[in-house]
Amino acid sequence: MTTTESRPTGRKPAQLVDMSWDPITRIIGNLGIYTKIDFANREVAECHSTSSLFRGYSVFMKGKDPRDAGFITSRICGICGDNHTTCSNYAQQMAYGIKPPPMAEHITNLGEAAEYMFDHTIFQDNLVFVDFCEAMVKATNPTLLARAERTDAPRGEIHGFRTIADIMKAFNPFEGEVYKEALRVSRVTREMFCLMEGRHVHPSTLYPGGVGTMPQPSVFTDYLSRLMHIIDFIKKAVAMNDDVFDFFYEALPGYEEVGRRRILLGCWGAWQDPAVVDYRYASMNEWGKAMYVTPGVIVDGKLVTNNLIDINLNMRIMLGSSYYDDWVNEQPFVTHDPLGNPVDMRHPWNQTTVPVPQKREFDGNYSWVMSPRWYHQETDKHLALDTGGGPLARLWSTALNGLVDTRYVKAVDGKVRIQLPKGESLPETTLEWSIPKWSNTLERDRARPYFVAYAAAMALQFLEESMELVRAGETKVFQDFEVPDEAIGCGFHEAVRGVLSHHLVIKDKKIANYHPYPPTPWNASPRDIYGTPGPYEDAVQGQPIFEENGPDDFKGVDIMRTVRSFDPCLPCGVHMYMGKGKTLDVVHSPTYGASHG
Amino acid sequence: MTTESHTTAARERIGRSEEHEGMDEITILWISEGMSCDGDTVSLTAAMQPSIEDVVLGLIPGLPKVNLVNKVLSPSLGGEDFLAPYRAAARGELDTPFILVIEGSVPNQDIIEGDGFWTSFGNDPATGQPQTINWWIDQLAPKAWAVVAAGTCATYGGIHGMAGNPTGSMGLGDYLGWDYKSTAGLPIVNVPGCPIQPENFMETLVWVLQHAAGDAPPPPLDHMLRPQWLFGKTVHEGCDRGSYYEQGDFGLDYNSPKCLVKTGCWGPVVNCNVPKRGWMAGIGGCPNVGGICIGCTMPGFPDAFMPFMDEPPGGALSSLVIKPYGAVVRRLRGVTNEMVNHEPKWRHRKSKLTSGYDPYWRP
Ligand code: SF4
Ligand code: SF4
Repeated sequence: MTTTESRPTGRKPAQLVDMSWDPITRIIGNLGIYTKIDFANREVAECHSTSSLFRGYSVFMKGKDPRDAGFITSRICGICGDNHTTCSNYAQQMAYGIKPPPMAEHITNLGEAAEYMFDHTIFQDNLVFVDFCEAMVKATNPTLLARAERTDAPRGEIHGFRTIADIMKAFNPFEGEVYKEALRVSRVTREMFCLMEGRHVHPSTLYPGGVGTMPQPSVFTDYLSRLMHIIDFIKKAVAMNDDVFDFFYEALPGYEEVGRRRILLGCWGAWQDPAVVDYRYASMNEWGKAMYVTPGVIVDGKLVTNNLIDINLNMRIMLGSSYYDDWVNEQPFVTHDPLGNPVDMRHPWNQTTVPVPQKREFDGNYSWVMSPRWYHQETDKHLALDTGGGPLARLWSTALNGLVDTRYVKAVDGKVRIQLPKGESLPETTLEWSIPKWSNTLERDRARPYFVAYAAAMALQFLEESMELVRAGETKVFQDFEVPDEAIGCGFHEAVRGVLSHHLVIKDKKIANYHPYPPTPWNASPRDIYGTPGPYEDAVQGQPIFEENGPDDFKGVDIMRTVRSFDPCLPCGVHMYMGKGKTLDVVHSPTYGASHG
Repeated sequence: MTTESHTTAARERIGRSEEHEGMDEITILWISEGMSCDGDTVSLTAAMQPSIEDVVLGLIPGLPKVNLVNKVLSPSLGGEDFLAPYRAAARGELDTPFILVIEGSVPNQDIIEGDGFWTSFGNDPATGQPQTINWWIDQLAPKAWAVVAAGTCATYGGIHGMAGNPTGSMGLGDYLGWDYKSTAGLPIVNVPGCPIQPENFMETLVWVLQHAAGDAPPPPLDHMLRPQWLFGKTVHEGCDRGSYYEQGDFGLDYNSPKCLVKTGCWGPVVNCNVPKRGWMAGIGGCPNVGGICIGCTMPGFPDAFMPFMDEPPGGALSSLVIKPYGAVVRRLRGVTNEMVNHEPKWRHRKSKLTSGYDPYWRP
């Protein structure tokens, strides 16, 4: 499964050094990256990713009133809590057999659009960019910085910076212009969010059945006027990102190998079309394709499916390196889906989470994260899909599908075109994102500002449609319902950093089983029972090292950029251990390939 | 994060009395590795009155120099480098006094038989195994100049201390004991909220820092150790929909702009200023915008308020008799407020788990 297909000959004997970074970041908990680095050949020989937090949502939700699920699951994540609430409500709406009024869908969509704009911006500009800022580049690749100082920024007339180094300076934490502006934008976008969902992080106005937000015209005006004041920032962000990432490819040949994986992307779709969605399982394929970000599983650049029913049925939750007891010998909760298809015991509907705290052993169990995989029937393989940090998979799937055709966003010929109106200083602009050659670190990062633009463009459409409804007097926002005695439901959505699903089983009007699968378990999963590493592990393992420092003052910036490119859950710093590594006694690499077994 | 690079010189105190006993520099050691969603840190970055940058960069007059160590906001290097001030503090060798901020509830490590952990913060240098949050709190709390609990998880246990939880999670008061006193003689300062309302937290922190500077008395706290001026009133008392309540005019579903009590709002008995203050920049704030109050600032949260979407017990009674019997209602409400101001009994440090957790629960 590793991306590293073959090793060039003429390699030097490995000089392996243990390097670990823990805590890396609060990925709703605690992410650690443990590597062996081969300094002789300047590449990462082995990588394990650990998560050391267990909280137990799927455990303590059992027996609760299903209507509470959205309020509770919001608390899974302190940055995208609303994505969870929304997804939970989707799952509940399926279980309760209801469909919220169109105005409720628009308000939810506007809230989610604001969330994407907020979260991607604070993450990219205030956290990812620290890895690309002047101070960091100076400490890790001084010759690159010298070159950046001599290189004119090709899109200078859009973003206003003359050289690449000028952009890097603007990324400097706390002092740089972009850093400070991004903090401001992250606050404005959160205000937009609060207009729709009451408060951020954990929204107060989302309910199964709709929302409680009053659709006054002023709510939409307040949102629109804020959006128009950040629209030029978004255009500049795209231009700036393109300049920096293009420069990296050009100045450091081979940088495309950093964080490169086989193309194994999953996207579960975002933003419902109120005219199509009815939340019935049987019609999920139709309304799934009508979403304004198209779902899809992409393998080696090919779209394998965009059918949410297939996507659902082939989800598998594997163990292998995680601190849990297996549940395969339990009674299944759901043997068949509502269409009569058999449901696997490793499917979230049938999962029972039984935590077993234990020691951390890298050749045994080392993580509280399980290993979600997607079963590819054609090849009989359990694929370790990643989300590309969210935007990469969303844009890729939408572009490949070619189904989105809206007022401001269109997917055509493997491209996504985004049209943004005139702002304070920049004219109307059409941005175009094309499918890249690689699924790698730089492309994950590049996709992010494009998706901010995408979200802004969709928000404009939702605002227009909301006002059309207000003017037509269609202001109902909530649909009443009864909780059935027995039901199942599933919700598919995109959390900011990628795929999100909630699976719900109701018995006696109570939650009998509930399993949320956010993006981080997909991306941060450890090796599964087949030895397949999770995406962080796979992307880091085998990647070349471009940093100019040796083992003594190694900072690990290339590894940091890779882990960060996946957007490890929170807008948190990826904090690397920059101390001196301990040289291992081992001289030969014991790991390539073998470590997966 | 040390903010050295952003601070040109220690600010001189001009015109202060000679005998002021405050300190000139203080470190905030923030640990969010409790059972949390990290939403309090995220929320904090929304604050503008004041913003965290304002405090760290010295824009608020009269505060000591603040070294904030928080992973989200840290431009430092991380790993052991990031942990260095925590390690120094644990050894009692940090060169400034420190405020320990805990985010997230504290799991019960003692219910685990054998090895293993619920959550960790870095590794134990001796064994290479994860270092538990409990170990850190045990080391740091006795040495802290002040301890601040950020968010309902840290204050009272919150969502992760819900009935049926397998981790035995509890609030800091349950863990350290409600009579805990820091080296400055302060009790734990609790800022509940799921998550914290950004300005509520920053304002409290600034007050604590002003106290550290010797310029203010300790912040006034209520019996659950909350800042009185923030949590002394109910949601209801600040709610835009209050006049509907008074007229006995209730929304029957969430389509209504009227009072939400019949659709689940617990505002009448919940201590929280969010409707009054808004969520950020005066915008948002649960019932004002159409969100039922689910009591997220309260010791009894969440269990005492579930199922959230049903009318609170007593809601109908008090809404019926509201006009003629105001005084009676206030008293009845006092009783309910008492009830929701208590934590459930299973949040404790004993080595037996009593949350009702059943690994193979089936209906
Ligand atoms: S909505 Fe809630 S807080 Fe507002 S008046 Fe009604 S009961 Fe009180
Ligand atoms: S109004 Fe209620 S739900 Fe909203 S923040 Fe306050 S206590 Fe929490």
